[in-house]
Amino acid sequence: MKQTKTFYFVPYSIWLLLFVVAPLMLILYQSFFDIQGNFTFANYATYFQSGTYLTMTFNSIFYAFLITLFTLLISYPTAYLLVRTKHKQLWLLLIILPTWINLLLKAYAFIGIFSMNGTVNDFLSFTGIGRQQILFTDMSFLLVASYIEIPFMILPIYNALEEMNPSYLKASNDLGANSWETFRRVIFPLSLNGVKSGVQAVFIPSLSLFMLTRLIGGNRVITLGTAIEQHFLVTENWGMGSTIGVILIIAMFLMMLVTGEKKKKGAVHKK
Amino acid sequence: MTKKNFKWSNLYLLLVFVVLYAPIMYLIFYSFNEGGTMTSFTGFTWDNYAAVFEDTRLMGIVLDTFLVALLASLLATVIGTFGAIGIYYVKKRNTRNTLLSMNNILLVSPDVIIGASFLILFTFIGFRLGFTSVLLSHVAFSIPIVVLMVLPKLQEMNPTMLKAAQDLGATNLQVLTKIVLPAITPGILAGYFMAFTYSLDDFAVTFFVTGNGFSTLAVEIYSRARQGVSLEINALSTLMFLFALILVIGYYFIQQYNMSKKHKQNGKKNTKAVTLL
Repeated sequence: MKQTKTFYFVPYSIWLLLFVVAPLMLILYQSFFDIQGNFTFANYATYFQSGTYLTMTFNSIFYAFLITLFTLLISYPTAYLLVRTKHKQLWLLLIILPTWINLLLKAYAFIGIFSMNGTVNDFLSFTGIGRQQILFTDMSFLLVASYIEIPFMILPIYNALEEMNPSYLKASNDLGANSWETFRRVIFPLSLNGVKSGVQAVFIPSLSLFMLTRLIGGNRVITLGTAIEQHFLVTENWGMGSTIGVILIIAMFLMMLVTGEKKKKGAVHKK
Repeated sequence: MTKKNFKWSNLYLLLVFVVLYAPIMYLIFYSFNEGGTMTSFTGFTWDNYAAVFEDTRLMGIVLDTFLVALLASLLATVIGTFGAIGIYYVKKRNTRNTLLSMNNILLVSPDVIIGASFLILFTFIGFRLGFTSVLLSHVAFSIPIVVLMVLPKLQEMNPTMLKAAQDLGATNLQVLTKIVLPAITPGILAGYFMAFTYSLDDFAVTFFVTGNGFSTLAVEIYSRARQGVSLEINALSTLMFLFALILVIGYYFIQQYNMSKKHKQNGKKNTKAVTLL
């Protein structure tokens, strides 16, 4: 029996070593080499000393924060209302469906919608505001990124609300809380885990959406992802690209630490 | 009062759905445009669809994309299922948790990191970029989701069944094929399905490891979209929307099948799995 057990593990372990551990090590290793292949700390020195990289990182984090905020503001009420509808499984499926359409096609649609003669500008000129440059601005990047991330925020919040024991609401009502107090003191705290996983699911990808900055942002917005793609595939400075990659990985772990800790405790309690 | 409330909430939901679907409908609408732009509709035509089917390069890419997705999800399902069985048999809790965290690394990593690090890996071992590198990458990032879909089914399995089978003289292979695999089939199916859609949907990782000769649909759309609007893409997206619709309906039925098989409790777990999308 012992032998078969290890046998099961062979392909999986190879995968773990080759595609999980090795790539992480390699990206760290590569970050210590310059473009000529010499060992150096210069990449990190450049990153922390030149203002450009730090500003870029700060901007990227700020944009990701805004995207997360927008999606949260739209998604929370949506999830809240969805849980209370009839046929909620069907509605949920309709929320999921757009996530199965390739991200690039959705971005491509916005090239038409936001263009100078597109629908949004037709509407703006109709209302008398006049045509504006929308495509290739920071705003268009934020809007499209939020649009793409909305379902990923709705789903975890929906699940958290769905799992909530309805008798808590009854109890809160019986004890004299009005609906706002019930929401603030019962529903929202209990759905916080869903909000956290939603924030996690939106914030980290938002740092790396390089295709959107290229197609919609018109290269005005540079996120961490754009910088990595640029260094790897355009300027071929892999060392610097890996350095930014390491920074992105660290940012990711910090984010998970912030949003993950209480969730774990909660999960242990439930068990 | 409740009636008025009800209306407002419906209006909000309706608005959200309109926003979610408007861009997709916009694409589909202009796929029938004669004029060649995505801004002014001049007349109805099927020409764009004809152009898609006449474009042999594009059709080749569609076939390649499906080939990669089918193969990658198949391989990922086999490796992931055995991996999940392996993790299930690990008795030490700490080892198990470590394995699970390592399993999840690729699920939470940003695509750019996965793509860039795989690119370094392939270059480092001197692997030529192309079909195989794309296939291997897709297998690699699909394995963790298969594990996550299969593992709960293993944990729901009654362990006394395994003991009983062994006591009655079943060989390891018999235990696997007669007890374990039937019990976890819904998980395997769901895992295969998720792996398939992951692979079809991926852009960023493929973009890094694809090299010059090979292209998948997402990469092709990206390079065409960078050159500007072409209604062929619109026609293609309509077809892909229909395909996604079929997939979602398929997934819905797998979910229903799972639910009817194991009462209501499972339903919640399934929606949880859907969250991972």
